[in-house]
Amino acid sequence: MQDHSLIPAAIEWPTADATRVPFEVFTDPELYAREQQVLFRGPTWNFVALDIEIPDPGDYKTSFVGDTPVLVTRDQDGTVHCMVNRCAHRGSALKFDGSGNTQDLTCVYHNWRYDLAGNLQSVAFQHGVRQVGGMPPDFDLARHNLRRARVEVFHGLVFATFSDETPPLREYLGERMASHIARVLNRPIRILGTYSQTLHSNWKLYMENVKDSYHASLLHTFFSTFKLNRLSMQGGVLVDGGGAHHLSWSRRGTDTAAGTEYEKAGELRAQLDDFTLADPTLIKSWLEYDDGITHSIQSIFPCFVLQQIQNSLAVRLLVPRSVDESELFWIVFGYADDTPEQYDMRLRQSNLIGPAGLVSMEDGIIGNFIQRSVHREQGRSAILEMGGKEVEDQQSRVSEAGVRGFWQAYRARMDI
Amino acid sequence: MNQALVNPELVNRVERLQADYVDCIDDERYADWPGFFLEECLYTIISRDNARRGLPFGFLWCENRRMLRDRIASMKNANIYEPHTYRHVLGRTSVRPAEAGGWRARTSYMLARVMHDGGMDLFSTGAYEDWIVEDEGTLRFREKRVVTDSGRIDALIVIPF
Repeated sequence: MQDHSLIPAAIEWPTADATRVPFEVFTDPELYAREQQVLFRGPTWNFVALDIEIPDPGDYKTSFVGDTPVLVTRDQDGTVHCMVNRCAHRGSALKFDGSGNTQDLTCVYHNWRYDLAGNLQSVAFQHGVRQVGGMPPDFDLARHNLRRARVEVFHGLVFATFSDETPPLREYLGERMASHIARVLNRPIRILGTYSQTLHSNWKLYMENVKDSYHASLLHTFFSTFKLNRLSMQGGVLVDGGGAHHLSWSRRGTDTAAGTEYEKAGELRAQLDDFTLADPTLIKSWLEYDDGITHSIQSIFPCFVLQQIQNSLAVRLLVPRSVDESELFWIVFGYADDTPEQYDMRLRQSNLIGPAGLVSMEDGIIGNFIQRSVHREQGRSAILEMGGKEVEDQQSRVSEAGVRGFWQAYRARMDI
Repeated sequence: MNQALVNPELVNRVERLQADYVDCIDDERYADWPGFFLEECLYTIISRDNARRGLPFGFLWCENRRMLRDRIASMKNANIYEPHTYRHVLGRTSVRPAEAGGWRARTSYMLARVMHDGGMDLFSTGAYEDWIVEDEGTLRFREKRVVTDSGRIDALIVIPF
């Protein structure tokens, strides 16, 4: 059911493989519109909420699938639903206050009323006033429900899809991605804080950044300066789902800089400076999981990220806003059974992440550095050959395999 | 001397402290910024929404002056960002005695961010919710909670405010 009027002016991919990415993909507004239709309304599972954000019957939260505003609700039976936040009558937003608890979904404009699953229950003055006026006799409530998405909840993550063709969530995730989600979300969690940041770049530039394990200790010099994370640490990249999903991981304290470029003083910008923390409790941590992995970044296509940076745990949802702007929503969490000491350590480590994150604040601008520089570079492409040309698991994080995977999956799904 | 006494002279001193604090930042004297705090202190930036919901985690959290120095050291030595400066405008400060000694002070702020290329935006608005104490003849922050009206940040926060 593709609308061919939305197929963008021919974007030429220089190679059949994923080692070249033409810069137009970040600047073409027609391509952006097509992504909303083909990817976000197509056969993808989109993270929309944590189930503990809507714990009680009647709870709701506003969220997004791509740039489509949606409502996530919990009905009286405890079932979670997701639907477009748009009245079937004239199109007004039904909920405009973020979150809350409600008996039903009543549009403020003309009071059309839906249940929490999105079924139209009543239309104000359907039969007119004293049998004068009203809707025609053949008006059928059941034909005017809200536009519903399918919902599946996996380890507390609520995913939604608008396509009937999307495979079951477990199949979409695959065994390895599912087991990593289960690893982190292994017991009840507690939300510790939420915030968002505006990114002045195309959404795909942020997802590239998330899947790019090559940049971690080069752009983000806080980690490398304090020997917290270097590419020489034991680690790797897993790619799955035809390249759609990725997991990069590492173990702290398993490396030496000997024999690597880190040893050559002055060669890497990341190593030019050295200083010590006046208060090292900032980075005090404990081994969160038995497998010894201290850092893991996982992305589920298209826009979901699950993060473990030492004991800093978070989910991130990237929402495209326009061809050159996105908004990144963060939910920082710990476990319900955290000890006071663990809680304190997470609180201090919250300094490492987010818009003011000592480790990763640069991710808030690097996409814009690209966006502003490529907007008139038609016919030029980015180069993705670190770690080879394939989309496959890597034993090293000096690799762009995760990024190549993204583009392989993107091209296949977009059919370009 | 009753330390908790709130009189015009004290209010004047507190407002002078707030003015000096924002001047220090706006004039880019970042190395002096930790000196406005006690050695054991709290400096946090948290959204009004998180604060209301009782969620403790905000954008940043420093619990002593050494962490404040580390923020500045990281800003100068490690982090990558486009050069920019701030301009604060403060409202009047309301002051009341604090139960544990010293004073609680609340001051609205508006904060513009001025980029190196001349771009200028309203970056943050909110309130300073402070606990101020007398420290050897000088007023210093025992706590400074920066409660931002918005939970959304444009791009990044590197310079404290």
